[in-house]
Amino acid sequence: MVENVKQLLKAHEGLRREVYLDNENSTMVPDPILRSMLPYYNKRGYGNPTLTHKPGWEAFETIMESAQKISSFLGCKMAEEINFTPGETEANNLALIGAAYAMKEHGKKIVISEVEPINILHVTDLLKKHGFTIVKIPVDSEGFVDIEKLKEVVDHDTIIVSLSLVNHEIGTVQRVREAVGIMKEKNSEAIFHTDASDAYGRMFVDVKKLNVDLATISSYKILGPRGIGALYVREGVNIERILEGQIGTQRLWPGVENTPLIVGFTKASELIFDGFEANVAKMRMLRDRLVEGIMSKIADVRLNGPVGERRVADNANVSFLRCEGEALTIELSLRGVYVSSGSACSRRLLQPSHVLMAIGRKFDEAHGSLLMKITRTHTVEDIDYALEVIPEAVERLRGITGTTGAER
Amino acid sequence: MSRIPLPYNPKVLELFRNPKNLGKMDDATVVAVAGNPMCGDMITFYLKINDQEVIQKASFESYGCAANIATSSIVTEMIKNSKLEDAWKLSWKSVAEAVGGLPSVKFHCGILAVGALKRAIRKYYKKKNVSPRWMKEEMSFEEKQALEEEELAKVLSKRMKPEE
Repeated sequence: MVENVKQLLKAHEGLRREVYLDNENSTMVPDPILRSMLPYYNKRGYGNPTLTHKPGWEAFETIMESAQKISSFLGCKMAEEINFTPGETEANNLALIGAAYAMKEHGKKIVISEVEPINILHVTDLLKKHGFTIVKIPVDSEGFVDIEKLKEVVDHDTIIVSLSLVNHEIGTVQRVREAVGIMKEKNSEAIFHTDASDAYGRMFVDVKKLNVDLATISSYKILGPRGIGALYVREGVNIERILEGQIGTQRLWPGVENTPLIVGFTKASELIFDGFEANVAKMRMLRDRLVEGIMSKIADVRLNGPVGERRVADNANVSFLRCEGEALTIELSLRGVYVSSGSACSRRLLQPSHVLMAIGRKFDEAHGSLLMKITRTHTVEDIDYALEVIPEAVERLRGITGTTGAER
Repeated sequence: MSRIPLPYNPKVLELFRNPKNLGKMDDATVVAVAGNPMCGDMITFYLKINDQEVIQKASFESYGCAANIATSSIVTEMIKNSKLEDAWKLSWKSVAEAVGGLPSVKFHCGILAVGALKRAIRKYYKKKNVSPRWMKEEMSFEEKQALEEEELAKVLSKRMKPEE
């Protein structure tokens, strides 16, 4: 197996340029962020932050100041409301399972949407096995949650509503503030969680204005290191731990804090929020250049998700008809452009992207979809290279498809 | 969205990059299709068969992943100049072997390719209204699997409707 991968890698030799656009699934960590982390492995703050010695106190100081900074970027201003976790998956698990444990005497209903990330879907599947009722709200063709349906569904039995602030696949900026208002009006006891991983660092996220109780953010989605994320828990909201162990500075997540990763997450936040509007404008400009270039150069393509201000700045998701997505990711990789696809093949599941199916895309549209995310480190040259390579790749694969499947 | 890196071997990669016998054949004796675009997996085979029941030419078109393209291409190579009786004996395992092995999640690509081939052969004899004794009336494993995949596509399309 590894031998085959070595051969695959060898096939990439001599690439003229490489453009990494798969920032949904992992990112490269820019040098300034990496450099900020290194001292915390062996120069300072390498101690356990709960212990009474200098390296421990240094770690404590660093973690508290990091939490303070991140809380200010989220508009909550209290370090104690930030709970570091090993990532988005863990933060979402903590939010839903932790809230369900804490609220189980109050009711059984948990409300999510049809387009939530896989970890939310799997967590709610698990909670269903433990006696909770899961209601999935449908979305429209752009991925917006049916607000009327939400009004109908939330009742006294409802304990949690969880809606992502920005959809991870199609970039829809959900009307979370309105949804929170509806939930609180119908049931003021219920807990509102939002996965803000795809919003944080790409639009202003103010948890106080949104009035959410819990919010997930993730480091790697803003070019920070993998393995670290955080759950905002509003002061006064009680959720339970889902793992037990030695409790340190993080009330809701046991184990020894990973100070270097926390530092990297904080540095990534500082860099994106330093000149934030310019950073976002740049992402939007490059994203629009990419999408408009694809639409004008290639026939039979469809943009998935909304346009304009209702779509987050970094997200591009396009379906190429008569082109299978997994083949397209390989073809593009061999040409130095790295993307992912919502194709069933690409996902190792029998079904294509649940998000694309929920917005009413046809199966072949989902199978031929590519997801691309722009970061503040991309350049016009990167995008123009992608725009040179994508049409060639699509044309070659459409040549293999030929007339197959045409007579439908 | 990809989760497990597929360790495609060099042979699959080579056939993906430079497929042999690609394209529609205008003077084909028989054309057969298997799979469904809903599954993201569909193959068309074109066979030119002479009076001695020998496949003189074979070509393919494929809407699918790299394994789908590679297995379709290798099948057209394996059956060239074969008697239909011999082509009928092709198993999906020998196709998988011929491309240097397939990851288990891609076995269905080899099965679909052989299913499409057997469909083409069956179609040829049906057109001629002949039933050779070596071809059972009951569908072969690969034909059944191809049909099952197509049925699955229908089931999926019903199941994935938003009101679920």
